[in-house]
Amino acid sequence: MNRLSSTHIVYLVALATIIAGTVLVGSAGRNFFSPGNVSDILTGTSILGFIAIGQTLVILVGSLDLSVPYVISLSSLIGAGIMANQPGNILPAVLAALLVSALIGLANGAVVAGLQVHGFIATLGMGLIVSGYLGSNYQGSAGQAPLAFRLIGATGIGPVPVSTLIMLACAAVVLLMLNTTRLGHAMYAVGGDASVARMSGVRTRTPVIAAHVICSTMAGLAGLLLAARLGVGSPTIGSQGGYDLLSIAAVVLGGTLLAGGKGSLIGTLGGVLIFAMLDNIMSVLQVNPFLKDVVRGIVIVVAVAVYARRKVVHRPARFGRGPAHDDDAPPPGPGTSRQGGPSRGDGTGARDEVSA
Amino acid sequence: MSVATDRAVLQQNRSPRGERVLRALRTPSGAIFVLVALLFLAVLAANPSFGEPGSLIRFIGRTAPIAIAAIGQYFVIVSGEFDLSMGSVVTAQVIIAGNLIGQDESRTIPVLALMIVFGAFVGLVNGLVTTLLKVPSFIVTLGTMLALLGLVLFWTGGAATGNPADSFRQIGRGGIQDVPVLEVLPYPVLILVATAAAAFWLMRRPYGRTLVAVGDNSRAAALTGASVWWVRTRAFMLSSLAATAAGVILVGYAGVHPSVGQGYEFTAITAVVLGGVVIGGGRGWVLSAAAGAFALELLFTLLNFLGVESTWRDSVQGAIIIVAVAAASRNWQRKRRGASSRAHDEHRPIAAPTPAPGTNEGGT
Repeated sequence: MNRLSSTHIVYLVALATIIAGTVLVGSAGRNFFSPGNVSDILTGTSILGFIAIGQTLVILVGSLDLSVPYVISLSSLIGAGIMANQPGNILPAVLAALLVSALIGLANGAVVAGLQVHGFIATLGMGLIVSGYLGSNYQGSAGQAPLAFRLIGATGIGPVPVSTLIMLACAAVVLLMLNTTRLGHAMYAVGGDASVARMSGVRTRTPVIAAHVICSTMAGLAGLLLAARLGVGSPTIGSQGGYDLLSIAAVVLGGTLLAGGKGSLIGTLGGVLIFAMLDNIMSVLQVNPFLKDVVRGIVIVVAVAVYARRKVVHRPARFGRGPAHDDDAPPPGPGTSRQGGPSRGDGTGARDEVSA
Repeated sequence: MSVATDRAVLQQNRSPRGERVLRALRTPSGAIFVLVALLFLAVLAANPSFGEPGSLIRFIGRTAPIAIAAIGQYFVIVSGEFDLSMGSVVTAQVIIAGNLIGQDESRTIPVLALMIVFGAFVGLVNGLVTTLLKVPSFIVTLGTMLALLGLVLFWTGGAATGNPADSFRQIGRGGIQDVPVLEVLPYPVLILVATAAAAFWLMRRPYGRTLVAVGDNSRAAALTGASVWWVRTRAFMLSSLAATAAGVILVGYAGVHPSVGQGYEFTAITAVVLGGVVIGGGRGWVLSAAAGAFALELLFTLLNFLGVESTWRDSVQGAIIIVAVAAASRNWQRKRRGASSRAHDEHRPIAAPTPAPGTNEGGT
């Protein structure tokens, strides 16, 4: 247990879920590994996967994104609206939807990094603004996705759906960005401690803005995928799914610190897989839909409690204390502001305790 | 000299009362009262009949549940945590009241007691898992939110069932009749005033001071001897109890419905943040949080009177909180810089006496 990183634990939990799933689904007289069921699980990972990839980046830089559900709805409406059942319109529709999503992300990032508003409030406010726009301009589902576009949501290579492949491709690109580029390292640095990053010569605003832009673009992709599945755009599709809180839960389940600076995309994908398998198992067992939420809630808390305790008990202290303790550092001299870095200094509700 | 050492008061706190009030109004926690006053004048300009005592007191009654929820959320936020389970607690309490009281008036008191115990229990679980198991409160209360709502909906089958006795609903919709000037004094107003007074008193008690210290810097508070986990756990219990009170009032107003508490946690957090309380803890005044709720409701009333479509309410609310928090974050920083330099003025009484000439300070 000592030597395991949290990513390993995520996949151990996923393995345990697979074993439990095999037994439970088997006892219901079905095969957990039948191509149909595997395809079902993988389909379940795609939407949440897209959002969780973006959410991982945003949480890594120490912010949050609560505006994703509304970006998803908006993107599905813009996409389906511009397509209007014309196969020739697919490309402009996709580009327009992604552009609008990216602009919302840019606004989020600018408010968080530029105006020093906490990510929770900035994105909650942005989500409300978009939600007001959606409520005022769309009464119900609108637009029509052409058949060629709908195929993306419906076809697969063997048991693996195309949508999941796209999601994995995005994950690979983002992973490469996080691990090999300057921007990726800067994201970890800013999330760990913005003032230290600043003093080491990292521009602290760029990574925050970039993370928000990527996150919203990913949410836009998820919205387009939902439009492909439904064939229409819907103003409530995002908020119905509760994707904002579920994606944050998946990221934290994947071992990323809610306070930022520590975590991995691979772990997030494991968290998403666990959620998808849980959903699948409960669907096969025909669990009451309300009890599904109960199980989800308990699993989130229990799983995170496992990592949180592990970090407390097992990790040796480095430099006296864990790295997330940015504002508990020795008191600054008179005249310096305690809130040194953008949005990091005052932490989230989750701050610090995890790594204490 | 002994007088000065007893009360080493910062210079800015030695100014006359009027000056101190003016200075307080420039902080985010004070500015919210100016905002409330401005919004009130704007509503009055849009609809003069709003200012009549009768309709004004009914407005306060209507705002009471959200203001009480904001006060509860304040305790959690000022200690540096989040409570996302508030909306689910409200829904759960409303449905408990609807199902267990039914038309049997004699059950009102026992069920009310049960609801209070249940509220305290939810807060206790939130607090203990957050503080002892070290799970981020965002995740804990998110889990409680999902699990609690799921359980309650499973219990009722997802439909709105039950209708509590009228005597119970009177708490939310009734009032003391024949009050001079006001005609009727709604019970929610009384509950709000009592809650606000209790919260104000509590924040001046050692518990309140410790709570703010814990939110500002939990390690420093722990080193000075505060039991951080128990202080925070009690904050979660207060929050859930406030949600319970809001639920009791809402049974009277809105009736029993599974979506009664939907989004309550975010509205409460919005109100608290609008009141100048800083997410992350350690800054802000409890009555400002309640004033934030009033600002929010006044804003909606204003938009109503101006004929803005209700669908745009969300957008305006979103824009307002971003602007308010951006302004507040600048203001807190400026004030901090100013305060720390002002605290070092040379006129400040210093506890250490200047040694008289001839005495040997070094102790040799």
